Amino acid sequence: MVRISGRIRAAAMGCAVAVSALLAGAAQAAEPIKVGVLHSLSGTMAISETTLKDTIMMMVDDLNKKGGLLGRPVEAVVVDPASNWPLFAEKARELVQKDKVVAVFGCWTSVSRKSVLPVFEETNSLLFYPVQYEGEESSRNVFYTGAAPNQQAIPAVEYLMGPEGGSVKRWVLAGTDYVYPRTTNKILEAYLISKGVPKDDILINYTPFGHSDWQTIVADIKKFASAGKKTAVVSTINGDANVPFYKELANQGIKATDIPVVAFSVGEEELAGIDTSNLVGHLAAWNYFMSVDTPENAAFIKQWHAFTKNDKRVTNDPMEAHYIGFKMWTQAVLQAGTTDVNAVRQAMYGQKVRSPSGYDVVMNTNHHLSKPVMIGEIQSDGQFSVVSQTDDAIKGAAWSPYIPESAKLTADWTFPWVCGNCTEPKFGAYAK
Amino acid sequence: MATFMAAFMIAGLVVCGITLGAFAASTARADAYTDAIAGLASPGFAEKAAAIEALGRLGDSRAIPVLEAMADNQLYTRKADGRLVTGSGGRDITLTDAATGEALGPATSRDLTRINANNAIRTAVGAAVGRLQIGDPDPAKRLAAAETMVRSESPDTVPLLRDALAREQVEDVRAALTLTLAKLSLSSADPGERLTAIKDLSSRLTPEVRALVTPLTLTKPDGTFAEPDPQIRAAATELLGRIDTRLMLTELALNLFQGISLGSVLLLAAIGLAITFGVMGVINMAHGEMIMLGAYTTVVVQQAFREYIPAEFFGLYLIISIPAAFLVAGAVGVAMERGIIRFLYGRPLETLLATWGISLMLQQLVRAIFGAPNKEVSNPGWMTGAVEAMPGMVLTYNRIAIIVFAIMVLAGLAALLRYTPFGLQMRAVTQNRSMASAMGIRTGWVDAMTFGLGSGIAGVAGVALSQVGNVSPNLGQGYIVDSFMVVVFGGVGSLWGVLAGAMTLGIFNKFLEPYAGAMLGKILILVFIILFIQKRPRGLFALKGRAAEA
Repeated sequence: MVRISGRIRAAAMGCAVAVSALLAGAAQAAEPIKVGVLHSLSGTMAISETTLKDTIMMMVDDLNKKGGLLGRPVEAVVVDPASNWPLFAEKARELVQKDKVVAVFGCWTSVSRKSVLPVFEETNSLLFYPVQYEGEESSRNVFYTGAAPNQQAIPAVEYLMGPEGGSVKRWVLAGTDYVYPRTTNKILEAYLISKGVPKDDILINYTPFGHSDWQTIVADIKKFASAGKKTAVVSTINGDANVPFYKELANQGIKATDIPVVAFSVGEEELAGIDTSNLVGHLAAWNYFMSVDTPENAAFIKQWHAFTKNDKRVTNDPMEAHYIGFKMWTQAVLQAGTTDVNAVRQAMYGQKVRSPSGYDVVMNTNHHLSKPVMIGEIQSDGQFSVVSQTDDAIKGAAWSPYIPESAKLTADWTFPWVCGNCTEPKFGAYAK
Repeated sequence: MATFMAAFMIAGLVVCGITLGAFAASTARADAYTDAIAGLASPGFAEKAAAIEALGRLGDSRAIPVLEAMADNQLYTRKADGRLVTGSGGRDITLTDAATGEALGPATSRDLTRINANNAIRTAVGAAVGRLQIGDPDPAKRLAAAETMVRSESPDTVPLLRDALAREQVEDVRAALTLTLAKLSLSSADPGERLTAIKDLSSRLTPEVRALVTPLTLTKPDGTFAEPDPQIRAAATELLGRIDTRLMLTELALNLFQGISLGSVLLLAAIGLAITFGVMGVINMAHGEMIMLGAYTTVVVQQAFREYIPAEFFGLYLIISIPAAFLVAGAVGVAMERGIIRFLYGRPLETLLATWGISLMLQQLVRAIFGAPNKEVSNPGWMTGAVEAMPGMVLTYNRIAIIVFAIMVLAGLAALLRYTPFGLQMRAVTQNRSMASAMGIRTGWVDAMTFGLGSGIAGVAGVALSQVGNVSPNLGQGYIVDSFMVVVFGGVGSLWGVLAGAMTLGIFNKFLEPYAGAMLGKILILVFIILFIQKRPRGLFALKGRAAEA
């Protein structure tokens, strides 16, 4: 009996030693928290998305220098979906299921976002989407850190309608032929008509991706503008096609004082490929410009230059959106004390970050941010000078009030709504 | 004596009085000027615009540099003392007091708060400077003045403009003045004046006049005419009709030019492929990347010029880029042929896959070396801007240059094939390889050189295309489909076929685009080519005889 109990005790002791050794080992080399980076590093969109990958790498690096998260280091898992929309979905699944990442930062075009959306919803994981987009969406699994149309397109058009913008009466809506420009132009057209602009004074034009011969369209714009009313061009032209478009504008001598062009997809990074001396005064609307003069922005730019070891690299709006998104996610994880998706999502609502643009940016329950809107004019050095900005942060609206079908919908992921596209609260009965 | 003294005193008093009066007047004027200058720094947009207009009205030419600095975003307030200053220079700014013109020495941007100008401010500045410069001895400045004043809305400039027109001798300036005057008179309350304005304009059938006259023919939202006088309305409608007829002709000519211009871009892109695919029969999917390499060579040469060559020779970088791009792309082409393609002759499917793989590798290589973002290629001075061949027909210099260049490349290549021993050997090898080999021609060497030539020409095309498009690792992808289309449509193996194919597609596309839109236009062209190939599988200029069977 004694012998047996002695044996058991010995065995129990052995077990305890082994378990505690294991535990100690785990504490010493804590398993890293993995976050996914889903940006194209090759193909058409590499031009814009590569910098976003670098931004997240910078943020991860910075976080690890501060001691990681919840006592564990953070590791970025980078994949390359190669500007191939179906591949985005495959890579997203790989990140979530194989690499077990707890959040993904990624996508640029709306097509790629639409392609990964089912994956994130099915696996209940989180995507942080950093680019200005057409709205009309609010998924429980996506945090939209870029601008919704009411934070970019509508204020830009309002500015041009006002005396400072030149009291524009006639509009050319020019865009690349895919979902973002088409939806944005639909919203803008409805908005302009609601402001009393006759249909004849709106010209809508679509071009394919990578369109390079802009002679006809620029000539058409000139012709449309020669009807005796102040005309402006609202450009949702995306990607590479912008360079030849602006070159043609400059060569045909269209000055911003005659026909201003306001763009929603042209930032500092895109202007790097263009000689801007003939484009001074054309506009862009964003929530952030590199030229914004705040101490937060100076620190952001300094950090970026130090990380890339190149003090010529520019910063832009989607980078700022990633900066905000990553910071918010970090704060939410700290607050929740876990990386569990449901807990982090709850902690995200109301999370506040001081952004490089110098505002307190807040995450709303519709998964969109409250951000300031800025309108900038292109300068000869490829930077923007801010000519108008909102006093307060504007709350991003997932559903546009100018499209009848979407005006009825509400996005609110807290009780009693808990829904991204509902006409009445899901749990309305319990709220009474 | 007493009377003399009295007279003297009176005279003295009078003189004194006059001096005093003059002094008072000059300080009053100076005050208005300083006030207006100070007004430029007011916070509100409307106040700034008012100050600018006031400066224009004061007629003091000292305001010109201050206003121009403002338009260039170089007007600042100094943080230390709130003084309004203009600055010049990039990092180290040299300051000048805006009101007095006193030099204030250097400063950095940290000491200053910039007064941001926007388009509306620049327009107002243009109008004010125009007012101040309308009497300038330099006709170019007078012309600019007259042109910018079109945009000012203030009717009180009319007498000023009338004066200027009466004095003006230079025809261009007179035209601009007439236009500006007519525009202002069109909004005058006197119907007679409006009618005269239309008559003044009746010989100028330009888009600018169209923009001025159109509002007179419109109806207001309540159904009444914007122009109450039927006689004026009739005159305006008649003038508008004539302008539209003229503009229709202009548009036709413009479409033709744009078609030829697009055709010449297609020609440049396809001409190298006409050698590698057309003559050698290699389905070269990396053709676009040869164009891309040429464009990147241009970027490198441009960078070298910026760093090592004095700025006045900068415009020459493009000329140097042409042989450089030819050599770079040509060398890569030769390496490709010797390293891979020569093992795959007669196996088109493998060639297609291998060259496609090479194209991906080249893209990624360039991305690794130069980075993913676009590279900036600035057009040299002689290629920027445009000439207005007819009113409303603007021909840009870079397009004209590319048309000329494309034709030169084609002519050069045709001459090379026709008149040089290498051209002869090349034709011999492609027409009958074994016979050529039996005659002592090193067919392997000719193959490599031919492929190198085709690639090199693609590189040269890259130099030209960098001037109209953008330079990114994906540059080639945009041209590869178009290039194959042109070669297949024009007829494989025929240089003239390539010319005819490129021009047909270019012009066809440009005439379709205004009606069908860019998207549908592209689709229609593809459908057209598919139908055409059904009817004539060998393209426009099919090779006949034994060569075609080989």
